Amino acid sequence: MNKFEINNLDLHYGDFHALKNINMQIKPNTVTAFIGPSGCGKSTFLRTLNRMNDLVEGCRITGEILMDGKNIYENTDVNMLRKDVGMVFQKPNPFPMSVYNNIAYGPRTHGITKKAQLDEIVEKSLRDAAIWDEVKDRLHKSALGLSGGQQQRLCIARALAVKPQVLLMDEPTSALDPISTAKVEDLVLELKRDYTIVMVTHNMQQAMRASDETAFFLLGEMVEKASTERLFSAPQDKRCEDYITGRFG
Amino acid sequence: MRSNFDKQLDMLNVQLTEMSIFIESAIDCAADALVHSDRKKAQMAISFDSEADSMEKDIEKLCIKLLLLQQPVAKDLRQVSAALKMITDMERIGDQARDISELILGSEQDFCIKPDGIIAQMADATIKMVHEVVVSFVEKDIEKAQQVIAFDDVIDDLYSRAKLEIVGRIKAEKEDADILVNLLSIAKYFERIGDHTTNIAEWVVFSITGVHKKENMMYTE
Repeated sequence: MNKFEINNLDLHYGDFHALKNINMQIKPNTVTAFIGPSGCGKSTFLRTLNRMNDLVEGCRITGEILMDGKNIYENTDVNMLRKDVGMVFQKPNPFPMSVYNNIAYGPRTHGITKKAQLDEIVEKSLRDAAIWDEVKDRLHKSALGLSGGQQQRLCIARALAVKPQVLLMDEPTSALDPISTAKVEDLVLELKRDYTIVMVTHNMQQAMRASDETAFFLLGEMVEKASTERLFSAPQDKRCEDYITGRFG
Repeated sequence: MRSNFDKQLDMLNVQLTEMSIFIESAIDCAADALVHSDRKKAQMAISFDSEADSMEKDIEKLCIKLLLLQQPVAKDLRQVSAALKMITDMERIGDQARDISELILGSEQDFCIKPDGIIAQMADATIKMVHEVVVSFVEKDIEKAQQVIAFDDVIDDLYSRAKLEIVGRIKAEKEDADILVNLLSIAKYFERIGDHTTNIAEWVVFSITGVHKKENMMYTE
């Protein structure tokens, strides 16, 4: 079964028609990259997958998004949805607290208070995010003292701590140097064994390196989606070809 | 947009076209040398092959530079990767024209090829094939490239007939066996030129469509 099945999705911000009749399937344990020029709707679409757009005034959504066959826009506890569908943003945003408390924050809000259990979750999350070795000796120091790349992996660990099924990443490496970027990309490839990952990126080489499927968006439409190898070697739509070959506009 | 890259891709096409003209000339001269017992033409074929070898290195450098600096995708990637593959087959065709010429130059006797005999027909057919593949590449003509691929069967058939005929002549023991063995090698070179030309035509199709015959359903998932 697909992890997500999106049928006839339209999204309006007031009068602005931001997403136009999106239809897509996302398979479990894959990495799907969304590419397209700024303002094409890719981040907006990413945010519909855990209902982040609900917070935007004037936002109206029609159509359906099925996660494991269930429509997330009907009879859904949004807090639970966001636990199952975690998000990592462009700019690392650690909380101004210790490394340990950053990770323990989510589990605590979901009712876990036993120290031994929290210790276990913190270590596993940091290990899964490939940052444990770098922070294990400074767990109780401020997370703000970490480098940008470490902070971003900390944010990934924080998202993993509440045991999500899906990880949404909105340009997760655009603020990072090449070494940190490579670490996050390697991590993405590791994480797909246990999670479904959907990533927005402006870096097409990153989409090529890290994703299984790529979808190209333009002016609110999903123009083409295919295996990454196919989309970057033999795209079917001329607009997609023009964009990825740098001849757009 | 990407005008510098587009200029370099145009340059790649120009260089490929030039190299293909050199190998076409090499095979043309080798065939002429064979049919008309013209040693000067055989020398010319060898010098065309040397030019083609040098062009292969230039094109290879340009392709690697484009892959490194421009990180091409889609049709650009297909063009550059197809070019890299095509020049290897072009270089081999040049080598085979040289091999034919060296056999002609190394032989004390003429091969006495009949202008309408099978060897002359093989020479004409391979020249036609090489010419057509160059046109299909320059004009990005899939249909013509596919005709070239199909035409390889004609060359293969001519080779089978040439082999039978030459073996028969060897058995008859009326002619110098050395000459006939060399003639059989020449027939084989023409047959191999047909195979390399087919490879080039398959890369022409790939560069246009993204699908390569030998990589069944390569990018069609």
